[in-house]
Amino acid sequence: MSKDGTTLDAKPSTVRGKDRYRSGVMEYKKMGYWEPEYEPKDTDIIALFRVTPQDGVDPIEASAAVAGESSTATWTVVWTDRLTACDKYRGKCYRVESVPNAPGSYFAWIAYDLDLFEPGSISNLAASIIGNVFGFKPLKALRLEDMRLPVAYVKTFDGPATGIVVERERLDKFGRPLLGATVKPKLGLSGRNYGRVVCEALKGGLDFTKDDENINSQPFMHWRDRYLYSMEAVNRAQAETGEVKGSYLNVTAATMEDMYERAEFASELGSVIVMIDLVIGYTAIQSMSKWARRNNMILHLHRAGHGTYTRQKIHGVSFRVIAKWMRLAGVDHIHAGTVVGKLEGDPRTIRGYYDICREDVVPQKLENGIFFEQQWASLRKLMPVASGGIHAGQMHQLLDLLGEDTVLQFGGGTIGHPTGIVAGATANRVALEAMVLARNEGRDIAREGPAILEAAAKHCLPLRQALEVWKDVTFDYASTDTPDFVPTATVSV
Amino acid sequence: MRLTQGCFSFLPDLTDEQIRGQAQYCIDNGWAVNIEFTDDPHPRNTYWGMWGLPMFDIKDAAAVMMELQECRKAYGDRYIRLSGFDSTHGWESLKISFIVNRPAEEPGFRLVRQEGRGRNMRYTTQAYVTDRPEGQRYR
Repeated sequence: MSKDGTTLDAKPSTVRGKDRYRSGVMEYKKMGYWEPEYEPKDTDIIALFRVTPQDGVDPIEASAAVAGESSTATWTVVWTDRLTACDKYRGKCYRVESVPNAPGSYFAWIAYDLDLFEPGSISNLAASIIGNVFGFKPLKALRLEDMRLPVAYVKTFDGPATGIVVERERLDKFGRPLLGATVKPKLGLSGRNYGRVVCEALKGGLDFTKDDENINSQPFMHWRDRYLYSMEAVNRAQAETGEVKGSYLNVTAATMEDMYERAEFASELGSVIVMIDLVIGYTAIQSMSKWARRNNMILHLHRAGHGTYTRQKIHGVSFRVIAKWMRLAGVDHIHAGTVVGKLEGDPRTIRGYYDICREDVVPQKLENGIFFEQQWASLRKLMPVASGGIHAGQMHQLLDLLGEDTVLQFGGGTIGHPTGIVAGATANRVALEAMVLARNEGRDIAREGPAILEAAAKHCLPLRQALEVWKDVTFDYASTDTPDFVPTATVSV
Repeated sequence: MRLTQGCFSFLPDLTDEQIRGQAQYCIDNGWAVNIEFTDDPHPRNTYWGMWGLPMFDIKDAAAVMMELQECRKAYGDRYIRLSGFDSTHGWESLKISFIVNRPAEEPGFRLVRQEGRGRNMRYTTQAYVTDRPEGQRYR
């Protein structure tokens, strides 16, 4: 049990036998959705919800209702339950705890039998766990905080089409974070001008450039033009550097047929990577993952739209759950926060996301927001991408906080360089290589970082200029999505 | 041009002291150290020539440096790279790879375009040096 949270001590209240099925309305906690003595099975899916009941609603009843509405229940007793193995199919809330420092909110642990879910389908999982229940009137708010996905369930998914290791082998890039940049301005460039940015950034030393989430096929640039000019640029840069280069060609479109057409064209042109947006939906994501597997393609996912439901602690779905679903669904890259950049990101919470993406076994770590140990059973690893308001002067912090298996995306931090895009890209690459070299030599980069950058800048004018122009840029705002437990707390599940 | 494959190609060429430091980093992590050489710098030339077997059981980077000197004696006119291989479950691949020797001149690559239907293009990257037979390049 946690130090701060208090477990609510309510006795089992399930009504059994004939009385349970008498017509009429019955409290959820009496219908078998509150089972405090239940021991979750190894094969159960477990969900942890943050439940905020309406004033006057008993938290146990509210939590039982969540279990009910996300599994078999409806608002009234139905006799047809008795035609099923209903005891097995009921979602079972087995524990409710008050949230530390958040009066009126409760953590509810709910176990679901594996048979409730279709194998290998995120849409099916989502339809149950975050379906109708999120609009349930007796709740003021509801948030899905974390899930324990049993190995038996994990094994029904293919996972990432490529994975971190194979991606590195294909690109022949080892031992350092990969470098990328999103082409800016994100809207308005013609195909020809767009390709210019791709070409300069890759020639200057980046590994990847990236389409932005909302660049699809607009009046100013047809998707086919973008692909043709981008691939000309990729190949030009590849020939000038002797390195494998790529540009995430966004294939997001109105229909699956359009997306397949675009992806096929990218493949025909020899691109190593395509990209999709989270807003295309779970089924489309899984379809594109299978396509990527068949076509030796790395699949980048931009998490467009997630902030609408992940950011506020009181209601929605935590990004750690989305990250887990996306590893199952089978994308290779996912934007997972920068800590130091312009977008939302508490350091410990982000550490949790990165672990979910990259580790084979993720231990429970409440201070990072990880409520359950998660076994991935050798499912391929997902490369987290750090993007949004980062620059060369933060290289030591980025490497120290995010580690080496990540893509660092410097959009403005490349294209906004005072002497041009090539210089911007070179500044980032030199800063990165100097930092990796120093780290491997055993230097304390978190502390010595600025000095290491200064030293590297002596032989690199573009880095000197980058450090000068962005030296005072930080985004120091309080995070909204933070862990509820302090580092010393532990919880038994 | 300067071939920018590997981990540290944007820095000035590493000194032997720096190379030794990185080799020791590999050894301390339990990785096997490989020395490989090539006169075909194509970005998708995966299999460079192996200078002996990966060094699995060494404790001191001095052994790596000795092998590197020997390799330079034989193939000093070519590219030589050093890499660290991690056999841990779930990785079983390289953890680091960087160039430790370059030819005196690096002529670079020709980009060949084959125009296809509908403005489609097939691209091929060819190193100028590979026009000559293996073993007679970079001389």
